[in-house]
Amino acid sequence: MSRQQTQVLATWLISITAVVVILPIVLVVFYVVAKGIGTVNWQFLSQPPSNGMTEGGIFPALLGTVILTLGTAVAAIPLAVGAAIYLAEYAGDNRATRAIRLAIVNLAGIPSIVYGLFGLGMFVLFLNFGTSILAGALTLGLMTLPVVISTAEEAILAVPQEFRVVSLSLGASRWQTIRHQVLPHALPGIITGIILGLGRAAGETAPILFTVAAFYLPELPKSIFDQTMALPYHLYVISTQVPGMPLSIQYGTALVLLIIVLSFTLVATVIRTVMRRRRQW
Amino acid sequence: MSTLDEAPAAWQEQQPSGAPAAKRNWRETIIETVIRLCGISAVVIITLIFLFLLKEGAPAFMQVPIRDLLGVRWYPIEDMFGLLPLLVGSLLVTIGAVVIAVPLGLTTAVYLGEFAPPWLREILKPVIEVLAGIPSIVLGFLGWVALAPLIQAAGAATGLTAFTGAIILAYMALPTIISITEDALYAVPKEYRDGALALGATQWQTIWRVVLPAARSGIVIAVMLGVGRAIGETMAVMLVTGNAANIPAFGLGAWFQPVRTMTATIAAEMGEVAQGSLHYSVLFAIGIVLFLITFAFNSLATRFIGGRSRRRGGQI
Repeated sequence: MSRQQTQVLATWLISITAVVVILPIVLVVFYVVAKGIGTVNWQFLSQPPSNGMTEGGIFPALLGTVILTLGTAVAAIPLAVGAAIYLAEYAGDNRATRAIRLAIVNLAGIPSIVYGLFGLGMFVLFLNFGTSILAGALTLGLMTLPVVISTAEEAILAVPQEFRVVSLSLGASRWQTIRHQVLPHALPGIITGIILGLGRAAGETAPILFTVAAFYLPELPKSIFDQTMALPYHLYVISTQVPGMPLSIQYGTALVLLIIVLSFTLVATVIRTVMRRRRQW
Repeated sequence: MSTLDEAPAAWQEQQPSGAPAAKRNWRETIIETVIRLCGISAVVIITLIFLFLLKEGAPAFMQVPIRDLLGVRWYPIEDMFGLLPLLVGSLLVTIGAVVIAVPLGLTTAVYLGEFAPPWLREILKPVIEVLAGIPSIVLGFLGWVALAPLIQAAGAATGLTAFTGAIILAYMALPTIISITEDALYAVPKEYRDGALALGATQWQTIWRVVLPAARSGIVIAVMLGVGRAIGETMAVMLVTGNAANIPAFGLGAWFQPVRTMTATIAAEMGEVAQGSLHYSVLFAIGIVLFLITFAFNSLATRFIGGRSRRRGGQI
């Protein structure tokens, strides 16, 4: 085979593998939409499940996911942004910094089910929060940290050094410089990271299994010390644990979860694209 | 340390007008301390995670002899805690996922980085981000209702097999592998490509002989992080692998039998055990094993990254 033939063959093969990767993704999304769209309407979203969950809607699970996502945001954002500022602006090139970076990479790699175990051991039992929204949100928050830290750090590092130099030379202190010159320019990037992290948290099941998620609750949670239903766990429950569950409700639930999580991704992508166009440096 | 600390003392002491110097220094110190604590928290958290896993899981190692933990039967009701079937289950699914995902991921990254026209790349990259965003429970659900019947129709005894899990996991690991490989390809200097092409190499020869070797450390990292992702996946695997804690017969057929992974075991059984029981501790012990495996993979991957400079901007 001549090298020109190899070139043609390689181009074809590589293009085909790209199709093999891309096509199923598109199919999966269309499949869920096609199968689920008939079920999703206002009633489905606003009604609680009824008749042993085989009828009715998903409202308590939907609300639970919204509450848990907000809780995750409260738990994760301050710590993550602080850590990102530290790494980008303060940390020197020394052993302590390397330890922090190693810790973050490993936090990102810890399986979500292990976060669930940790949440059970520390928040539910040791701190005695019980199986509660508080325990679940803290667990999800910790899991979200590494994603937000890494993207926020990248965003802060991308602010040109000149901004800092000029601010300092005008007499601003180090924190004033960070607060008024660096962070405003890094903000879109930081927000993108937060949204991506929260989107992942909203779709996670394993960390909430033992820390907050309830199989079925007749009432809505009243405080952060109550359990709540949550959409990902609800999908797990109705697809495997409830006999005689109509497929339409399962697909409808999967579709709503998919829409929620993908809208996070979409918003993050839009912010990033707009930001790249606007950036003047 | 950073350059501000090395600046002349006189320059540092100069305080601008406005807030009194003492007050500003005081505020600045508090803020810096808080930020420093945020940074250190990452180390504290990962230490806490390990300590709490140890606290709950240690009784398992003390009360169940190591020989029994390495046994071939997982049958908690009769206090048989052989972890081998679960380990084999995780291994089968992960190896399957790697065999599928690594070649596909590398070639897709090459396609995106070297072959695809820019407009197509702008469309395809968000599609792959969509894949990264699909919750594992949704993929698991689809594997359960749509993929498993296909596998069964193709001739397997049941659709819920290690292979089914491997396919789903492969697609979950693909975004990681693709995006890191693409970054690695992008980081190869343009001069390398120009040089090869100028010497008369075809595009494929350039990629195969020059670009890929130059990007190999990044590719290794991509594969390792992908593997780490696959080992730790829980919900999708739980739905599609059949959850049978048996060691399948040796050979290729092993992939077409139901298995049970370590992650799925924890997820499926933790809800039903009494807190503080032996079974409970053993589930935490599995958590320790998972923690150590992923820690090893990620630490090794970071070692590869270690040599590269990641700093674009600067510090003050």
